[in-house]
Amino acid sequence: MNIHEYQAKELFAKFGVPTPKGKVAETAEEARNVAEGIGGQVVIKAQVHAGGRGKGTFKNGFQGGVHLSGDPDEIESLADKMIGQTLVTHQTGETGKIVNKVMVAQAVDIEKEYYLAILMDREGRCPVIVASEEGGVNIEEVAEKTPEKILRLPIDPLAGLEENDVLGISDQLGFRDDIASQFAGLLDSLHKLFLSCDCSMVEINPLVTTPDGQLLALDAKFGFDDNALYRQPEIAAMRDTSEEDPREVAASEYDLNYIGLDGNIACLVNGAGLAMATMDIIKHYGGEPANFLDVGGGATEEQVANAFKIILADSNVKGILVNIFGGIMDCDVIAQGIVAACKQVDLSIPLVVRLEGNNVEAGKETLSQSGVNLIAADDLADAAQKAVKAIAA
Amino acid sequence: MSILVQPDTKILIQGITGSFGGQHAKLSLDYGTQVVAGVTPGKGGQLFADKVPVFNNVKEAIAETGATVSAVFVPPPFAADAILEAVDADVELVVAITEGIPVMDMMRVAAKMEGSSTRLIGPNCPGIVTPGEGPQSSGGCRIGIAPGYIHKKGSVGVVSRSGTLTYEAVWQTTQLGLGQSTCIGIGGDPINGTSHLDVLKLFNDDPETESIIMIGEIGGDAEEEAAAWAKDHCNKPIAAFIAGATAPPGRRMGHAGAIISGGKGTAAAKKEALLDAGIAVAQTPSEMGSTLAQLL
Repeated sequence: MNIHEYQAKELFAKFGVPTPKGKVAETAEEARNVAEGIGGQVVIKAQVHAGGRGKGTFKNGFQGGVHLSGDPDEIESLADKMIGQTLVTHQTGETGKIVNKVMVAQAVDIEKEYYLAILMDREGRCPVIVASEEGGVNIEEVAEKTPEKILRLPIDPLAGLEENDVLGISDQLGFRDDIASQFAGLLDSLHKLFLSCDCSMVEINPLVTTPDGQLLALDAKFGFDDNALYRQPEIAAMRDTSEEDPREVAASEYDLNYIGLDGNIACLVNGAGLAMATMDIIKHYGGEPANFLDVGGGATEEQVANAFKIILADSNVKGILVNIFGGIMDCDVIAQGIVAACKQVDLSIPLVVRLEGNNVEAGKETLSQSGVNLIAADDLADAAQKAVKAIAA
Repeated sequence: MSILVQPDTKILIQGITGSFGGQHAKLSLDYGTQVVAGVTPGKGGQLFADKVPVFNNVKEAIAETGATVSAVFVPPPFAADAILEAVDADVELVVAITEGIPVMDMMRVAAKMEGSSTRLIGPNCPGIVTPGEGPQSSGGCRIGIAPGYIHKKGSVGVVSRSGTLTYEAVWQTTQLGLGQSTCIGIGGDPINGTSHLDVLKLFNDDPETESIIMIGEIGGDAEEEAAAWAKDHCNKPIAAFIAGATAPPGRRMGHAGAIISGGKGTAAAKKEALLDAGIAVAQTPSEMGSTLAQLL
């Protein structure tokens, strides 16, 4: 799950990670009021879940999703050109993203930019602090070209953040005196935030020092553990479904695991590993998968029907491949679900079905007696080849 | 022999009175597995399926029944504590089936298990099966949620992160007449207990296991780690498959661990590491069994 910059800054404020003064606005007038409240130079930023906002272009022709001004009148007019408009950046794709909100924040003078993050390290089985004195740039590039400039320090899951470690990083980043003590406080707050909110990642890029001796988080990026959202109602409420693929939003309502892709053969599979492998085998035989879709181990007839509706809502889809290994589930129950779904949605494109497992003979019988126009397959390779051939015809 | 569990291994099930745990406890009993106890706090004294005693805690269950393995079917919010309870009770093996345990909780479990003699398999895994000699492999040890009847007692060791892909490999080797020594699903989460490498070592030392199928998927570097070890140490033929060659970077493909991030964990890199270690890589999931058979 992703959150907006203004939401990230709200989390920072709550946990005591210092950021420039700022607030979110939903109208041009609100943006003006925020600018007046802050006073002086402010920066106005379009709130979308995508990077490259500054260099983006609005579909109304307006250039740039990030602007600087000291004049509240100008902020109001800038906000007017952004709110409700569609911003296209190198990360949004051609369709772009609608800007519903803007953030107005105090513009700060920057002395030097740094990078600071805490990530969950799966190999180390603990959080790791990543820091660099090269901030404001793509950290993966820094890691590749000048790995010696990246500091990595694991945090013991039971002992927590230790004072000596904090001092060590602070020293290596070149922080002294008051800035060093500000850094110790900031890192402690960031670590508390990381743990309390079940983050998989919290990244500050850039972290800046100012000429007047402040240490501030200028931009933030979060990743959260989806498995933990049940105990993070405040984070879960930050989800903005208007930023997501509408097919994925619909799928999540039915507890289906769906990810839209660019191909034209839709797949419906039980199990995440098998669903990935089904996409792979379609590609192997020269086709392009339209989606990843795992209906889970205990898919019901209703879920199968909903899954069909979601994959058919994608106008690129020219054929469907159903691949079910019914381990515990009765294949006949699944077959009945497929038949019911086909009748409900009035299927008009080729459907290839591969069923294997428990009570498979009855399942195949149900499919062949149903009158539904489908292509039966013996195994996964056969199914993939038949699906690729069917859409080529 | 097989690895980790045998037909006479006594198991207990944490969460046996829940619908999911109960359903699979019954299937294991039907398979002939020695399910000797259940644990659900507050429900001690009940009988499950008219024969399996339910206890309030793991220590009591072990003391009364001699169970050495625990299967965890407890819902995600309580699963980490359930695993740690089994660890504290010195269970030899904990098989955590539960899907959706927060990563922070598993981090805590992993840290507390350092130095412990208990082995953890999972979480978010299909479990472990050592097929038996009866009809449709019954009489074996089935812990978890895998369908028992697709197995056949035999010589292939199967290790996988994914459930249904394990079933594919099992079914293919059953149809080829090879059968399986033991099949282990290690789970699709970023932080889990037993790794691919741990299982490869066990199979390598097991006289009954003559060949190995290893199934991996995108994300992390566990497959690379296993391949690097196998290159110099494994003396049995291995066939592998890696799922997720077509997965886009940065997206979680169902399993919390199946995500390509920062350019790491791609299927291509994993396949290269496997091939470099002399492991045969199946081009499609349909060819896992046949790829192995060609090595024999």
